[in-house]
Amino acid sequence: MSLNFNVPEFMVERNEDRCIQCEVCVRQCANEVHTYDEEDNKVYADETNCVNCHRCVLMCPTRALSIKKHSLEFRENANWTASAMNEIYKQAQTGGILLSGMGNPKPYPIYWDRMLLNASQVTNPSIDPLREPMETKVILGRKPEKVTFDEDGNMTTKMPPQIELSTPILFSAMSFGSISKNAHASLARAARETGTLYNTGEGGLNKEFYEFGKNTIVQVASGRFGVHKEYLNAGAAIEIKIGQGAKPGIGGHLPGEKVGEEVSATRMIPEGSDAISPAPHHDIYSIEDLRQLIYSLKEATDYKKPVFVKIAAVHNAPAIASGIARAGADVIVMDGYRGGTGAAPTRVRDNVGIPIELALAAVDQRLREEGIRNEVSLLVAGSVRNSADVVKAVALGADAVYIGSAAVIAMGCHMCQKCYTGKCNWGIATQREDLVKRLNPEIVSTRLANLIRAWTHEIKEMLGGMGINAIDSLRGNRLMLRGIGLSEKELEILGINHAGE
Amino acid sequence: MEVVAGYKHYEQLNQEIKQHFEHCKNIVLQNVMGQRYIGDGLQGKGKITIYGTPGNDLAAYMNGPEIEIYGNGQDALGNTMNAGTVTVHGHAGDTVGYAMRGGEIFIQGNAGYRVGIHMKAYKQHKPVIVIGGKAGDFLGEYMAGGILMLLGLGLEEKEEIVGKYCATGMHGGVIYIRGEVDDCQLGKEVKSMPLEEEDKQIIDRYVKRYCDYFKQDFKAVMQTPFIKIIAYNKRPYKNLYTAN
Repeated sequence: MSLNFNVPEFMVERNEDRCIQCEVCVRQCANEVHTYDEEDNKVYADETNCVNCHRCVLMCPTRALSIKKHSLEFRENANWTASAMNEIYKQAQTGGILLSGMGNPKPYPIYWDRMLLNASQVTNPSIDPLREPMETKVILGRKPEKVTFDEDGNMTTKMPPQIELSTPILFSAMSFGSISKNAHASLARAARETGTLYNTGEGGLNKEFYEFGKNTIVQVASGRFGVHKEYLNAGAAIEIKIGQGAKPGIGGHLPGEKVGEEVSATRMIPEGSDAISPAPHHDIYSIEDLRQLIYSLKEATDYKKPVFVKIAAVHNAPAIASGIARAGADVIVMDGYRGGTGAAPTRVRDNVGIPIELALAAVDQRLREEGIRNEVSLLVAGSVRNSADVVKAVALGADAVYIGSAAVIAMGCHMCQKCYTGKCNWGIATQREDLVKRLNPEIVSTRLANLIRAWTHEIKEMLGGMGINAIDSLRGNRLMLRGIGLSEKELEILGINHAGE
Repeated sequence: MEVVAGYKHYEQLNQEIKQHFEHCKNIVLQNVMGQRYIGDGLQGKGKITIYGTPGNDLAAYMNGPEIEIYGNGQDALGNTMNAGTVTVHGHAGDTVGYAMRGGEIFIQGNAGYRVGIHMKAYKQHKPVIVIGGKAGDFLGEYMAGGILMLLGLGLEEKEEIVGKYCATGMHGGVIYIRGEVDDCQLGKEVKSMPLEEEDKQIIDRYVKRYCDYFKQDFKAVMQTPFIKIIAYNKRPYKNLYTAN
């Protein structure tokens, strides 16, 4: 074995005056950074394994701990940065594909922050949501081309299934396996409490959660884990996962270590076996094949469930989205390159896909040009960080947004990006019983519900400011957006004017 | 109960089948002309007999019933099937038994590409596909469990029993092939092994069933020896990654 060239990324600073040797940090750290030495009556830290998740810092009763970026520096080099070199050391040591958690952290432009919202002044007065009704209700589903009535005025058009949400925010797909059962329970409860939906991800659905069916989207991915008749009928909608923003074009492996008794039961695979999701669905090689899967699901559920199709935002997204709409999907879901994940190859996460803002604008434009935008709902994901992002997304043409990373942050995630290790100290991305127990669904579901309520209230404030009293009136209303510091081309793609115009 | 499919749209036909199936456990479909999704998500015991050519995705997500086809089956037959039996008195298309978790499919003749992809077993569920003739490329790709059996009956001289990349990415289950397969046709994750006693019993059982369904001579079929293909490793991708 050659010398390991990797040095710690973080430093643990312990204020010895404050430390009372209570060993809370020792017990809390699943990465085994802290150890107690009886002889010295002191707690020591080996920061090699520290991931900077803040668990010990927040649990320390005397506030004795702090985590800092390690002071060890390489000679300054704008090209060969520390992370570029460290990654090479890791690969030279192991020969493995670099694996990361969460979304793309690279400093690419964030278009949400390059768009500004409008407000009413003098003419078309603004509305105060505290005093006047403000509608944030969203109805997802395929809308018929035209509506027909018989002589008595009764509607003769057969309406496709629709889902009513109280707010344009849904929880995006996170499988049981990638996240814990308590994390799933928290999402399910919060979705019910706030009148929205959560998504099972591709890991099947625990029988205990069937009671949240009305607030559940069940996912069907290439591995078809846990997919059976009862499961398909258990939720309010079915989502076919073609791709996700964090790893467009590739499949996924849930390692056998994470397939314990309960994960095995929901995925319906033997305990300890790897759950391998192939990159494509091997029965879908064309839009026609996609249509076949959409309709097989509709047939199996008697046309009662809307079928969503989720893709990663990629270069050809508009043409693909058009195909999805024509294939019969009720809702198109697009996930941008900032979208999070439990595990993705670092190179794919950081280099594949496009920003959701541009993909959304381009897709909405394309569907409108083809005259089919009104037929499908459009859901976007891939780093919606706050209520302003939601409002901007709706103004660009989205019906609603999915939040994943924001939801796990609400649950306690500190973005250490080590979800794939299964040692999540916050009880979110882990199956270790002692860690899962740390996440109390009762408390955490309230945190999630708080987040949804707070954002919804902020959305109302911003709508009111624009003089708009329903989220539906904002949809695709790009006059409410202005670009800031964007090129002609970027403005053209976003379909907005520059600030000052 | 007899239903004539004719020019009926699949949505209407399948609705009729589902309604009838609630009280009649023996349905005969006449003159089926490519209607898709027959038997999708159908639950419980009962039998559907099909005359003609059913369309794609027959018996998808099916959970229990028996379907017998006097004609050819098309693509994605038995897609994500959970339980039940499908017998095809003819050939079948591509991706037969995709992600199938349980139940049995017997095909008298040949099957297309990517048959039995991602088949998986779970507890009492153990999917089985028996193909009388040959199969195309990528047979049993990503296979995670269950049994795939290829008999190669009626092949012409020098005709290959299976296409390329057989069992690529396989990490569970077993494939039995009657006759020989060149190693170069197999994925690099698998090896060809001699049969054990348990294998012989399984082969006997399913070949007998095949011969009963399709009126073949069991002894004649069994005269040619079988090989067994299994994965080297249940965790083929275990050491693929390094933490970053």
